[in-house]
Amino acid sequence: MTIIFYIASLVALFSTVMVVTRKNAVHALLYLIVSLLAVSVIFFISGAPFVAALEVIVYAGAIMVLFIFAIMMLNLGKDSTERESQLMSFGAWIIPAVLCLILLCELIYVFYSYKGTSGSGSLQVIDAAQVSGSLFGGYVLAVELTGMLLMSGIVGAYHIGKEKKREYHRYLQQAND
Amino acid sequence: MLSSVRSLWMVFLKMFKKRVTIKYPEEKPYLAPRWRGRIVLTRDPDNNERCVACNLCAAVCPTDCISLQATEDENGRRYPEIFRINFSRCIFCGLCEDACPTYAIQLIPDFEMSEYNRQSLVYEKEHLLIDGMGKYHGYSYYDQAGVAVGVKPKGGGENESEPVDVRTLIP
Amino acid sequence: MNETLAQILIIVGVLLGTVTIAAGLIYVERKMLAVWQQRLGPNRVGPFGIFQVLADMVKIFFKEDWIPPFVDKKVFVIAPTIIMLSVLMSFAIVPFAPGVVVADLNIGLLFFLAMSSLGAYTIVLSGWASNNKYSLLGGVRGAAQMISYEVFMGLSLMGVVLLAGSFNMTEIVNAQKGMWFVIPQFVGFVIFLIAGIAETHRLPFDLPEAESELIAGFHSEYSGMKFGMFFVGEYLGITLVSSMITVLFFGGWLGPAFLPPIVWFLIKMFSFILFFILLRATLPRPRYDQLMSYGWKLLLPLALLNVLVTGAVVLYNH
Repeated sequence: MTIIFYIASLVALFSTVMVVTRKNAVHALLYLIVSLLAVSVIFFISGAPFVAALEVIVYAGAIMVLFIFAIMMLNLGKDSTERESQLMSFGAWIIPAVLCLILLCELIYVFYSYKGTSGSGSLQVIDAAQVSGSLFGGYVLAVELTGMLLMSGIVGAYHIGKEKKREYHRYLQQAND
Repeated sequence: MLSSVRSLWMVFLKMFKKRVTIKYPEEKPYLAPRWRGRIVLTRDPDNNERCVACNLCAAVCPTDCISLQATEDENGRRYPEIFRINFSRCIFCGLCEDACPTYAIQLIPDFEMSEYNRQSLVYEKEHLLIDGMGKYHGYSYYDQAGVAVGVKPKGGGENESEPVDVRTLIP
Repeated sequence: MNETLAQILIIVGVLLGTVTIAAGLIYVERKMLAVWQQRLGPNRVGPFGIFQVLADMVKIFFKEDWIPPFVDKKVFVIAPTIIMLSVLMSFAIVPFAPGVVVADLNIGLLFFLAMSSLGAYTIVLSGWASNNKYSLLGGVRGAAQMISYEVFMGLSLMGVVLLAGSFNMTEIVNAQKGMWFVIPQFVGFVIFLIAGIAETHRLPFDLPEAESELIAGFHSEYSGMKFGMFFVGEYLGITLVSSMITVLFFGGWLGPAFLPPIVWFLIKMFSFILFFILLRATLPRPRYDQLMSYGWKLLLPLALLNVLVTGAVVLYNH
């Protein structure tokens, strides 16, 4: 299990680095998918199969397809690739890199400080029933609020995407105005 | 939705119907006598060529696949010196058969004429000419009409009267 | 040791069995289409043409595997492998008979949904990588169609999960001992059937390839064995959806005892495969917007209602 964890982590890290460095947007997204799949493997072996499956279904399966869909529609050409290569200049990535470094230090600190307290090795599998129990038990308010937010998003998207009601002939249009 | 289910059932029942196709090279399909296939040149009952090289077939051909060259024999009877049909162009429309005044050119129920070499699809007169009369038995153009070219006297056709002697006053 | 050997045998058996079935479907589909269209169908190679499969395979293997110069080469090569991979992975959770299952996951059904959602990539990526207008259109259509129908597919299965109380496929089959789920979950079954056809982009819903308008859609540029992967992947998809319908709604291997369980499973699966072929022989392709509005305006509310009613009934009986 430990070996699988390390392999999956390495795959995730490598593919995430590749996401950042690829110049072609679709290639970058492909690496992002691999990274998500690796993360889902990590979820699976650390006792959260439900979350692992949802990660694949929702993120790798649906959201990334939509990403690629959008990029396909935009049809990014050579210009965007060139702009992308300019993004890699020192001035552009130094500040995000420093911020990420700070986060990394925090993470390492947190891991080391918790090492003594958390019981290592005893893996507890959390199945779908437990997840849904906590979702609709303790966190029901958050779930409902998220549902409302998504609903408003759907209604808004429908309103924007709705077709114009009617096209009058230009003479009639003038008469109506 | 219901109509889809109904059509599913109807297509399913087709399973038990008779097949509409056959195993072709082993079983031959039925071809009607007037089926328009390979083009032949026929002869009249006296075993002479019916074709009088009038060029009507070549003129009417929509794909211009017929070409012929007229000539005359010692009696002044016209016949084609060469007669060439390019079957790689022919669309078997049958207009040449309709246009032919002497029933010489005919389309017969035969379609198995594939070749490996495209040039072999150009049929010359010796490939086109058959020994029989085709679809119109006993028909001879020169018996019905036409000029005297050694096969009959003037006015000797079946539906013809004797030539009028313009020098007499008697009817 | 013995158990490991049995496990390996099952894995190899499932892999070979499903691929063989998928290859055999090349012949079955052509023959059955002919039967339903009052034709004779393949009859040249061997008795009744049963070696047509071999002939087709030989043809596909020996064709030139041409990669056009204008394509995105890496993605072009990867795309056809994704469909084979995702569908074959899904077979891991299908219980063919008691004990005959590669991985008896406790999230089996979710695994199936995850793998089928990954299957969408094959269309999207091949459509994009081909660098061809028709392929791109096919890819765009395929992406929209598969994402939409995944939603109803997942929702239509939730009724089954509610009744069985588990995502585990073996437990779902065992829960159908009294009554097959097709009776209480008939709406779910119909929705799953339709979504399954759309998910495998089979003929009534083959809008990504739509040969009359998009040439061959996303696989216009593919030839040789890469095309063969799409081809076999599609048949594997049919086999998968048929076996999922069998497991989820028609009691899997359950049946009267005079036949072994695996035979019952295969009988049920093959009748659904034949139904898919009959569907192809019968129905014309809908227009693209018809397909989408049919999904979102009819199937989605129906699936939600189904989940709601099933949940209420389960709660009432609890």
